[in-house]
Amino acid sequence: MALKMVKGSIDRMFDKNLQDLVRGIRNHKEDEAKYISQCIDEIKQELKQDNIAVKANAVCKLTYLQMLGYDISWAAFNIIEVMSASKFTFKRIGYLAASQCFHEGTDVIMLTTNQIRKDLSSPNQYDTGVALTGLSCFVTPDLARDLANDIMTLMSHTKPYIRKKAVLIMYKVFLKYPESLRPAFPRLKEKLEDPDPGVQSAAVNVICELARRNPKNYLSLAPLFFKLMTSSTNNWVLIKIIKLFGALTPLEPRLGKKLIEPLTNLIHSTSAMSLLYECVNTVILCVQKLRILIEDSDQNLKYLGLLAMSKILKTHPKSVQSHKDLILQCLDDKDESIRLRALDLLYGMVSKKNLMEIVKKLMIHVDKAEGTTYRDELLTKIIDICSQSNYQYITNFEWYISILVELTRLEGTRHGHLIAAQMLDVAIRVKAIRKFAVSQMAMLLDNAHLIASNTQRNGICEVLYAAAWICGEFSEHLEEANQTLEAMLRPKVTTLPGHIQAVYVQNMVKLYASILQQKEQSGEKEAAQEITQLMIERLPQFVQSADLEVQERASCILQLIKYIQKLQIKEVPVAEEVIALFAGELNPVAPKAQKKVPVPEGLDLDAWINEPPSDSESEDEKPKTIFHDEEQRPSRHKQPEIDEEELARRREARKQEQANNPFYIKSSPSPQKRYQDTPGVEHIPVVQIDLSVPLKVPGMPMSDQYVKLEEERRHKQKLEKDKKKKKQKKEKRGKHHRHNSLHTESEEDIAPAHHVDIITEEMPENALPSDEDDKDPNDPYKALDIDLDKPLADSEKLPVQRHRNAENLKSPDSEAPLAEKKSKKPKKKEKKHKEKERDKGKKKEKEKKVVEEEEEKKVILQDMLSYSFCEEEATESVQNGTLDDEPLPVSSSALATLTYDIQGNLQNDSQVTVSVIFENKSTSFLKSMELNVLDSLNTKMLRPEGSSVHDGIPVPFQLPPGMTSFVSLICACSVDGGGTSSCCLGNDEGSTHEKLDFKLHFSCASYLITTPCYSDAFAKLLESGDLHMSSIKVDGISISFQHLLAKICFHHHFSVVERVDSCASMYSRSIQGHHVCLLVKKGENSVSVDGKCSDSTLLSNLLDEMKETLSTC
Amino acid sequence: MISAILVFNNHGKPRLVRFYQRLAEEVQQQIIRETFHLVLKRDDHICNFLECGSLFGGPDYKLIYRHYATLYFVFCVDSSESELGILDLIQVFVETLDKCFENVCELDLIFHMDKVHYILQEVVIGGMVLETNMNEIVAQAEAQSKLEKTEGGLSAAPSRAVSAVKNINLPEIPRNINIGDINIKVPNLSQFV
Repeated sequence: MALKMVKGSIDRMFDKNLQDLVRGIRNHKEDEAKYISQCIDEIKQELKQDNIAVKANAVCKLTYLQMLGYDISWAAFNIIEVMSASKFTFKRIGYLAASQCFHEGTDVIMLTTNQIRKDLSSPNQYDTGVALTGLSCFVTPDLARDLANDIMTLMSHTKPYIRKKAVLIMYKVFLKYPESLRPAFPRLKEKLEDPDPGVQSAAVNVICELARRNPKNYLSLAPLFFKLMTSSTNNWVLIKIIKLFGALTPLEPRLGKKLIEPLTNLIHSTSAMSLLYECVNTVILCVQKLRILIEDSDQNLKYLGLLAMSKILKTHPKSVQSHKDLILQCLDDKDESIRLRALDLLYGMVSKKNLMEIVKKLMIHVDKAEGTTYRDELLTKIIDICSQSNYQYITNFEWYISILVELTRLEGTRHGHLIAAQMLDVAIRVKAIRKFAVSQMAMLLDNAHLIASNTQRNGICEVLYAAAWICGEFSEHLEEANQTLEAMLRPKVTTLPGHIQAVYVQNMVKLYASILQQKEQSGEKEAAQEITQLMIERLPQFVQSADLEVQERASCILQLIKYIQKLQIKEVPVAEEVIALFAGELNPVAPKAQKKVPVPEGLDLDAWINEPPSDSESEDEKPKTIFHDEEQRPSRHKQPEIDEEELARRREARKQEQANNPFYIKSSPSPQKRYQDTPGVEHIPVVQIDLSVPLKVPGMPMSDQYVKLEEERRHKQKLEKDKKKKKQKKEKRGKHHRHNSLHTESEEDIAPAHHVDIITEEMPENALPSDEDDKDPNDPYKALDIDLDKPLADSEKLPVQRHRNAENLKSPDSEAPLAEKKSKKPKKKEKKHKEKERDKGKKKEKEKKVVEEEEEKKVILQDMLSYSFCEEEATESVQNGTLDDEPLPVSSSALATLTYDIQGNLQNDSQVTVSVIFENKSTSFLKSMELNVLDSLNTKMLRPEGSSVHDGIPVPFQLPPGMTSFVSLICACSVDGGGTSSCCLGNDEGSTHEKLDFKLHFSCASYLITTPCYSDAFAKLLESGDLHMSSIKVDGISISFQHLLAKICFHHHFSVVERVDSCASMYSRSIQGHHVCLLVKKGENSVSVDGKCSDSTLLSNLLDEMKETLSTC
Repeated sequence: MISAILVFNNHGKPRLVRFYQRLAEEVQQQIIRETFHLVLKRDDHICNFLECGSLFGGPDYKLIYRHYATLYFVFCVDSSESELGILDLIQVFVETLDKCFENVCELDLIFHMDKVHYILQEVVIGGMVLETNMNEIVAQAEAQSKLEKTEGGLSAAPSRAVSAVKNINLPEIPRNINIGDINIKVPNLSQFV
């Protein structure tokens, strides 16, 4: 054996290890790829060997190759083999490789579930640790579901090293399996107060991540975090908490005030700049302090200062705007990150007032920045700034067009298409600007040689695409159409990219058509023929184009024009017909328009147009046809007849839909283009730019002129306004005197030169404004938007692996007598139950043979939990600890104490939740615990489907020494009274196995749900008369009435309806909806309780219990 | 959340690549290349933050890096992480490496990529920061390598000896020797033990 191992290692001597591989790669610099493929072949051989050490070595090398970009997913199975090695050394290699290359699509990943579960419960903490680490990288929804419970158990591991890892990984589990969040959350919350700072930090980390996405669900944790913030000294944790508060404060404004003090303390006391920054950044929005940061010489602080500034900008734009100078200064910084941040800030700072000024400054920077990505960034930012929120801040579109034209002078920019898109957008949407835009575009086309000089290299020639289209589409605005057409027909054009040429060709015809019309109308026949001739001469250069699109369009159009020429020679007027080719106005349509079309009344979009083929037909008929062939066919193929009326109705509906749909081209009365009198143009308050604006700017336009003009315009407006005010002043002299002197120019005072009513114009009629469009249904974090304060329902419990346990099989009949003996039930009832039980017992035996599934619903029996667990190590006896009052103690032994708590289930009115709490008092692990529950007459446990009454419920965790944990069981009950049940206590003392028997006492109170009731409803209830009545009196009460009521409320789940002196009415409701009303009167030394309830048994049992409670007072 | 941790040298050669979201290998390499080009053109005395735009999942992500001698340590994080906090974390990681390797240099990272990963696993798991206390990180990392050594025993000793021999010189000799013959003789002996 030993020699075999030696042999194995001799083998390995000659295998390359990771270091050899690295060295080899470094020695083969010139043929690295070849060398590596050789190595991969060797690795494949090594993976085929049985020796796990060889395999692990191979996998380790693969991990290195993965880093170099080689896909190693083919070795997934081998990786799993290495993961399951017993030695930590190999296991670690396996998990590392898995974490680098496994993902949701890896099909073998499902093979790992059991291996990982085994590793998670390994006695060696590093095995567990390695498994957790690996899992954090490749957890899939399936793995998350199967292992959630195991990981949750590890959150209470004895070793903090495991606890903190488990806590962190739970976040990944939540993401993949959101159902686990609610069951795991209580424990996660518990970990916030873990004694180990590492675990605490992990829990803070996870909750911060969760809260960042859905802060409102975590508001209730604020006090806990507040405590942590004042007590923790870990800077990392503090930063996280402060960031969390940053997310919470907008939801709960009162938090802000509370935070000021601890935060100022932190700011004064901390030496860590990072913490200081987060404090300043998150809660205290102190702009002046930020200015200091930005002016700091440390580049990192400058960057962060700007970053914080942009956050403040969202809420307090005014306070940031005053630092415009500083931010503009930052544009000159040598650091690109800082410049980009500053740009971002500017984006948010613009207003109608300062837009021109800011853009002017940016244009200067554009000129300064040479051929860098930064210049491209500047360009996009300028466009972004100007076009944001539907050109909200642009007051003068002529200025904007000239800015765009100026931008075309940039060489080597990649964003030509962006400028082009803007030109098109503005020209189409702002009708008033078309004339100006067309003149500018014509100029661009004229100067195309400047732009297109180095076409292949830069993308700026894209603007020609826009220019050509605008000139063509709005050709009636062109003054020198001939000249433009000629410019478009220049041979140089053929060097442009194909898609631009195609647009050129198409728009030439539009131009041609409008020129033709002009000439014909003015009777210049020769000029018209000349222009036709020009087209025929120049078009062939496009027909020869290598681009299919250009070629096709050109040859098509060439033929058309040749035909026109023929007609012209015959002196037939053609212009009308030619222009009809391009008739109709292009209207802008908002991208959301289709969605906003309201569904017309009476139209049901989900209704079938034709009768749906029934499923049975398609499935059943097919095999039939094999046997009886032709005979059935004719009848089956008969079309369902639709009567005329129905058809007419549908036609009508369709018409109506089309009428409301902007995408259906409505039949228009005239085929002619009619721009001049398009309805809607009058609505646009067209500019008073008549003044001194030269519409034709010679040469390239200068946007600066507009800045001056704009100033003048504003000045003028102001003067007019002042004049008006003066008039008013004269009229109302004295009254508003002081008011006017305080007048400052505000945003609203600046009337835009052009008005763009884009949103309403481009939407269909009746469109409703809605915010829904912005929501992203695919957000993975949406799934974690879960209410964490609701009590857990049974269905939410984490899935647990279950085993059948044959040993604990007990026949219900053998247990039942025992149960009955000790039952405290009212005697008259007992008989009934006995009979019932016997009946059911028989029934059950029969059914068991037939259908096992149905058992669950019919089972009865006693609430008896027999609890057994195995222990692997010898135990020491430990003294019993004392228990709190609230959870009821059930059973305890040297090893463990069990307590339980019963609560009504709000979601289901016939269920209660029993939480059984385990406390491990021994010094070693408690493993494989199992609960055996025997159902009682009126209470049964809800078991998972398919399991029988005799199956034990495995406890889904192992309990480290000294720890406490709990299991929730759901019991369904037919409450008619207090189900006091028997107790059976027998201990199987042994060093390894122990059985603890105990009884669950379901008091009446556990079926009651505290429900508030108004006094008038209460009075009505009492008057209704269908309530049974009963009363008790207890003597020797010395506590105050207030205290007494509190006791009843607390122990019996009542609420006070009204209280007068020493008399009070109280109300509660059972989970099955029985009303319970109490009248409590206090005498000098006694208390009398009168009860009314719709169920007499419930009432009498309840009063019995109450008597007991009160007598202990 | 941290979405990736990259270490590469001044020539863009990757030394440690750890993505916390699944990306195909080609995409990973592409990101490494682009990140390298982004950080390369930055001076040492300008800020350590870099908005990477579309490189990672969107504007919420940014690159935070530090440059040590021949190596760049780059963390790609989203807005839930504190910028200065991550800068400190990089420092902690590098100091930890320095302790574990005793004066760490690029060569250590080149030849012991696996160990660097193991150390990183004690600092960050699944994109979340596990531990920021350097002593704790070093203690856990050392405990695990100790465990590895005790496990190694018989099978690891010869290979260590061999790799020591290999380290002397002999770069690529054993590769072409036919070791099949040796294999045949050894099993016969094992019968007598």
